[in-house]
Amino acid sequence: MATRIFGSGIRRREDPRLLTGTATYTDDITLPDMLHAAMLRSPYAHATITRIDTGKAAAAPGVVAVYTSADIEGALQPVPCAWLLPDSDLKVAGYPCIAKDVVRYTGDIVAVVVAENRYQAADALDLIEVDYEPLPTVSDPESAAKSGAPQLHSDIPGNQAFHWVVSGGDADTAFENAEVVVKERIRQQRLIPNAMEPRAAVAQYNQATGELTLWNTTQNPHIVRFLNSVVTGVPEDKCRVIAPEVGGGFGSKIPVYPGDFLTVFCAKTIGRPVKWTETRSEGYTATTHGRDHIQDVELAGTRDGKITGLRCTVHAGMGAYLSTAAPGIPTILHGLMLSGCYAIPAIKEDVYGIYTNTVPVEAYRGAGRPEATFMIERLVDLFATEIGMDPVDVRRKNFIPRFENGHDTVTGLTYDSGDYPAALTKALDHVGYAGLRKDQANALENNRYVGIGITSYVEICGLGPSQVAGAIGFQGGLWESAIVRFHPTGKVHVFIGASPHGQGEETTFAQIVADEIGVDPNDVKIFHGDTDTTPMGWGTYGSRTTAVGGAALALTVRKIRDKAKVIAAHLLEAAVADMEYENGTFFVKGSADKSKTIQDVALMAHLAWNMPEGVEAGLEASTFYDPPNFVFPYGTHVAVVEVDIETGQVNLTRYVALDDCGPQINPTIVAGQVHGGVVQGIGQALLEEAVYDENAQLISGSMLDYALPRADGLPDIEVLSTVTPSPHNPIGVKGIGEAGTIASTVTVYNAVMDALRPLGVKQVDMPFTPERVWRAIQEAKGS
Amino acid sequence: MKLPVSITINGRLYEREVEPRQLLVHFIRDLGALTGTKVGCDTSQCGSCTVLLDGVSVKSCTCLAVQVDGADVTTIEGLATNGALHPLQESFWEKHGLQCGFCTPGMIFASHELIQHNPTPSAEEIRHALEGNMCRCTGYQNIVHAVQHAAEQMSGK
Repeated sequence: MATRIFGSGIRRREDPRLLTGTATYTDDITLPDMLHAAMLRSPYAHATITRIDTGKAAAAPGVVAVYTSADIEGALQPVPCAWLLPDSDLKVAGYPCIAKDVVRYTGDIVAVVVAENRYQAADALDLIEVDYEPLPTVSDPESAAKSGAPQLHSDIPGNQAFHWVVSGGDADTAFENAEVVVKERIRQQRLIPNAMEPRAAVAQYNQATGELTLWNTTQNPHIVRFLNSVVTGVPEDKCRVIAPEVGGGFGSKIPVYPGDFLTVFCAKTIGRPVKWTETRSEGYTATTHGRDHIQDVELAGTRDGKITGLRCTVHAGMGAYLSTAAPGIPTILHGLMLSGCYAIPAIKEDVYGIYTNTVPVEAYRGAGRPEATFMIERLVDLFATEIGMDPVDVRRKNFIPRFENGHDTVTGLTYDSGDYPAALTKALDHVGYAGLRKDQANALENNRYVGIGITSYVEICGLGPSQVAGAIGFQGGLWESAIVRFHPTGKVHVFIGASPHGQGEETTFAQIVADEIGVDPNDVKIFHGDTDTTPMGWGTYGSRTTAVGGAALALTVRKIRDKAKVIAAHLLEAAVADMEYENGTFFVKGSADKSKTIQDVALMAHLAWNMPEGVEAGLEASTFYDPPNFVFPYGTHVAVVEVDIETGQVNLTRYVALDDCGPQINPTIVAGQVHGGVVQGIGQALLEEAVYDENAQLISGSMLDYALPRADGLPDIEVLSTVTPSPHNPIGVKGIGEAGTIASTVTVYNAVMDALRPLGVKQVDMPFTPERVWRAIQEAKGS
Repeated sequence: MKLPVSITINGRLYEREVEPRQLLVHFIRDLGALTGTKVGCDTSQCGSCTVLLDGVSVKSCTCLAVQVDGADVTTIEGLATNGALHPLQESFWEKHGLQCGFCTPGMIFASHELIQHNPTPSAEEIRHALEGNMCRCTGYQNIVHAVQHAAEQMSGK
């Protein structure tokens, strides 16, 4: 059999334009007569606006307009929340595009300036006079939930956005009967996504026709068009949203933003194109954050290592308003996954979503699953320590056994397929686990503190089906669509609703087409990210674009193959039932010389001189694919660290990632996703934290102050895999975009705590800065 | 007040009147209409705007256009010769050293500088040399491999 293009690590077709500076990102767009917008943002986290005077700003050189909340009254609706979590007493606070009377976080927009150039717009911001009366602030969700806390929204008592419960089995009884209970308080610190491309919008509105074109840094242009129609009133048929080249998102480019709608408003009102590009520092208080949980978790088990129950309470900080998908993240994408890779008979979790005077929280790579995986895998390690078992043995003892077609968890999910023990075994064989433990013991004899962290994870992705989306309050569908069009010479155009932004899916999509119908992948052009030219899609997030969009594409090509077979049979004067297909050629069974290639068929389908009865001309098909269930990638990650106890410095010396995302279309791209995902998770463990002070001012408010992973100090990630196809998906694929991040934070955390265990250190909040580690060591020594 | 400056970018002379405060990166992007050079931050941390200034890699957000009057700048648009990619561009492609591509032009010029001074850099030396350039997609691993590969290609010539 010839080498399949499916499974081949071919070079990405996206790269030539990216490597030569010829790709076009939103901020690269310049239109004739274009103006520049700049946003005045509140310097206070909570305050009453008592006066705004825009007179001097309006008179400044180059300024065309200045708008405040009064100007958008009636013209812009509040920014919608699109995940209306049911059965949770959800209270959605009104989220105006420009703050009216009260500001609720540093970053809330107070006014907009539009000027001839970006320098003039920025200058004019300084001339707007605003008087504020500061109000009390609260930035952490637990404090905000207490009685007497400052109240953000007068109609939402206790700052409680929602209270959501998941419960399966009888957790309370499990804890009553437990031989062993371990407890932990975990802080999933707030993180700032930091896609390298800052957010931007360019709006062009034709006042004569009422047509809007919006170029936007988004992961989901069709959702932007949909919600833009709600907020700005520009109907969907007159609105074209283009996500051109998008420079990473990691969740922060899912939501719709006040600044984007204001850019539309300015263009529409003035009648000239308007560009707005966030500065990076502005983005720190304007683009959504991630995580921000305080988790109180306890695990019940037996002395011989069986987990009998898991119980937890989570306070999830939501920010000052609910971002587009926010309510679903600490709940559906988190709580339902608490069984992890284990057969846990009883689970109960209470999640309190709490408003705080902070930037709204959204999905951030992994979105709920890293926080779930952390809870389980941290508690499993604590449990192992408590009962004196090797953490590997505890994992093995509790694993769900290998399954190929469905496993039901007590939280109500049906996992697709998995072999968790095999993944663990392969990863441990690769690292030489027994040898590692010996090395660790030897190191300790020489006063060197080495730690090993092991994580077995399973995650939920490939978000769909739509029926479930409706049941869980997601205000959209979760299907994907594709149109495949052959041209007379056998070249192919694909129009796809999904909109990748760095993941390389133009390449993987072309590989799917090539694999399904035997054309050269270079003969396939992929169109995406433009609502005028592509069919509807629900966006790239939740590691769903290949699993759902790729599946839609494969099914579409199969429809074309079926039609082509009928045409080929007709041309060869054979019965359809006698036709066979292989690698782009249709031939009569038993006589391979009687054949037509897909290119022959494409030509004849277009000429249409001799079509079978009842078959239309052309060779084109479309599919709206709604998956029957989610997909559940899994794997085992291993980290080795050494802690310098004199300085508190953590050195990550080895990292192994074994991931099972099903069959890999392009293993090079898969490995790249793993590398990037793992390093983002390492960032949470070792470096990153959004810090708010007592006045809810963001202290880590620039790239200078927020520690992102850099090239130095990281080992090469060793990438391994197993391959377990998903029965929920026509091409068997799962997802890989978030897996690395989901597993790596707790893997590194457990490794560091393993290193510190001989010193008696019990708990350290992330990130493991040298100072924090050093202090923890000193405290343990003192006690 | 505007001042006249003459800056050569990729072999073409740009004579413009600019405000003294105008950053070189904005000169390149707005006046030169060369948008391959990216702005990823406003604190000179990210390195996305790195270009060659008289052959030396410089973050173009750290200097003013008026400071570099008369200088010769190379941006990513000028790195390939007659359509043939530079070995660094080829190697980033070959080793999957980019995903969203936003940091890539800056990464390439920071790497260019390293290889000029150290034609056979180790992985550790590459990681150290790229400390001033941030990437959120790749975890840096394939960037390191790409630079090593490019160095081999370039020294093999």
